[in-house]
Amino acid sequence: MKLREIAHSRTGDKGDYSVISVIAFDMKDYEKIRKELTPELVAQKFRGIVKGKIERYEVPTLGGLIFNMEHALGGGVTRSLALDAHGKTLCYVMLDIDLSD
Amino acid sequence: MKSIRIGSGAGTANDCIEPALVLLEQGDLDYLFFECLAERTLALASLRKKHDPSKGYDQQLENRMGRLLDVYKKTNPRTKVISNMGAANPLEAARVIKRLCRERDLDLNVYAVLGDDVSEILNKFYEKEVMETNRPLSAYKDSLVNANAYTGCTGIVQALKEGADIVITGRCADPSLTVGPCVYEFGWAMDDWEHLGCATIAGHLLECGAQISGGYFADMERKQVPDLWNVGFPIGTIYEDGTIEISKVEGTGGLINGMTVKEQALYEIQDPANYLTPDVVADFTSLRVEETGKDKVRVTGGLGKPKTGLLKVNCGYFDCYIGEGEMSYAGYGCVDRAKMAGECVVKRLERNLVKYSEIRVDIIGCNAMYTDEIESAMQIGTPAECRLRVAARCADRENAEKVAYEVEALYCTGPAAGGGARRLVREIISIASVLIDEREVELKLVKV
Repeated sequence: MKLREIAHSRTGDKGDYSVISVIAFDMKDYEKIRKELTPELVAQKFRGIVKGKIERYEVPTLGGLIFNMEHALGGGVTRSLALDAHGKTLCYVMLDIDLSD
Repeated sequence: MKSIRIGSGAGTANDCIEPALVLLEQGDLDYLFFECLAERTLALASLRKKHDPSKGYDQQLENRMGRLLDVYKKTNPRTKVISNMGAANPLEAARVIKRLCRERDLDLNVYAVLGDDVSEILNKFYEKEVMETNRPLSAYKDSLVNANAYTGCTGIVQALKEGADIVITGRCADPSLTVGPCVYEFGWAMDDWEHLGCATIAGHLLECGAQISGGYFADMERKQVPDLWNVGFPIGTIYEDGTIEISKVEGTGGLINGMTVKEQALYEIQDPANYLTPDVVADFTSLRVEETGKDKVRVTGGLGKPKTGLLKVNCGYFDCYIGEGEMSYAGYGCVDRAKMAGECVVKRLERNLVKYSEIRVDIIGCNAMYTDEIESAMQIGTPAECRLRVAARCADRENAEKVAYEVEALYCTGPAAGGGARRLVREIISIASVLIDEREVELKLVKV
């Protein structure tokens, strides 16, 4: 299944970091997401976009994860050559990740 | 239990104005705040101030405040206004607002909070390492535009104590615009970390305007938002014990539920246990949200830890120029023609010895947002149109213009049927940040 079937997501930015949240629609799916959506899996999906390390933070009371992704915005919002310099659209890459059925 | 109602009137400098007017007229608000500054906004405002010392405040200030004061004149609300629309020139912004008040025969106390501009003492910090690049700040000293410290809520608290109806700041930290009225109203001490943490979380939830009430959220299926076009801006009811209730004016569009609040709670915060502000280190990791009614959500469990005592200073500097050009292709084979066009542009730039340090060739519709690999895996069918975009980083305007013109030249010299060319050359001001001791910054109040 796709992550988007059980979670929603929002992108933010801080300098050259893209900060993407993943939140379970239903709390019962949080554990599955926490177990399967590893920084390694996310790094694999974002290959070619994220050039640095990926840190993952957990907020279980909200059923949410935060991925803090370094060197993800072409040098940062102010100087990126990208059309979407903020990387606002990146949460839909996250939601396209495949999880086990 | 005592509580105050704080409305969020803007999430960005050019945000919609109408929802803020609805909030002021029907929101029964104690406070209405406007968060209008981004990193580069302030650098650009500083440039305008250098050009004309009577400018350098938010460019929408007159329009926004004028329309707001028209509502004041009509309904005489008790609401006080707090904003960082002062940008690089809060004093002049306050004077403009005072003039707008006089023109409407309104007797309101307008205060400016000064002191975030640290450009005069910046040479004290030249040895410090820039957070973005790990180079010493001195490496940028010849190209600096501005230097402003993110300041906390204390200036706002003092202004409210002195009887301010409108408080205008410069680079005040976004959540501090909410923490200020909470500290003033509830009499919290500046080392009451847990309550300051709760107020900071309230500020974080509210500071992006509609991002908590259906904006930046709406989608199909499980994320449908009614009447997004008429989205209502949020109201935070903040209780003395730190409980927060998010709501909006009845009859407005948009949506507030557990999902919209969680998305905004976790938005852009990096480490949720350590959200650093000048006032406190807020901790989101025990936060709970509970839907308490239609478009009503209660948030509890905010925590706080002692502040770091350091302030982040953003220094804008002249960095480079970006030259961009775009051209559309449509119909059979459009993606191949757009790619061919991109190759022509790059080869011609090389032949013409155009100087650039970095170049990016996108096919909008195929790979401009992500990568070829990611987007081809997502794609269903072939697009019926696409758009070539070439962007290059150059040291000067002349070379950047050459890049942009080379794309437009595709009209006669590129593949078949290219249309709708656009050229853009931008001077890029980037941000170098350093951390300084908070004792280096002294805030000053001016009543105009």
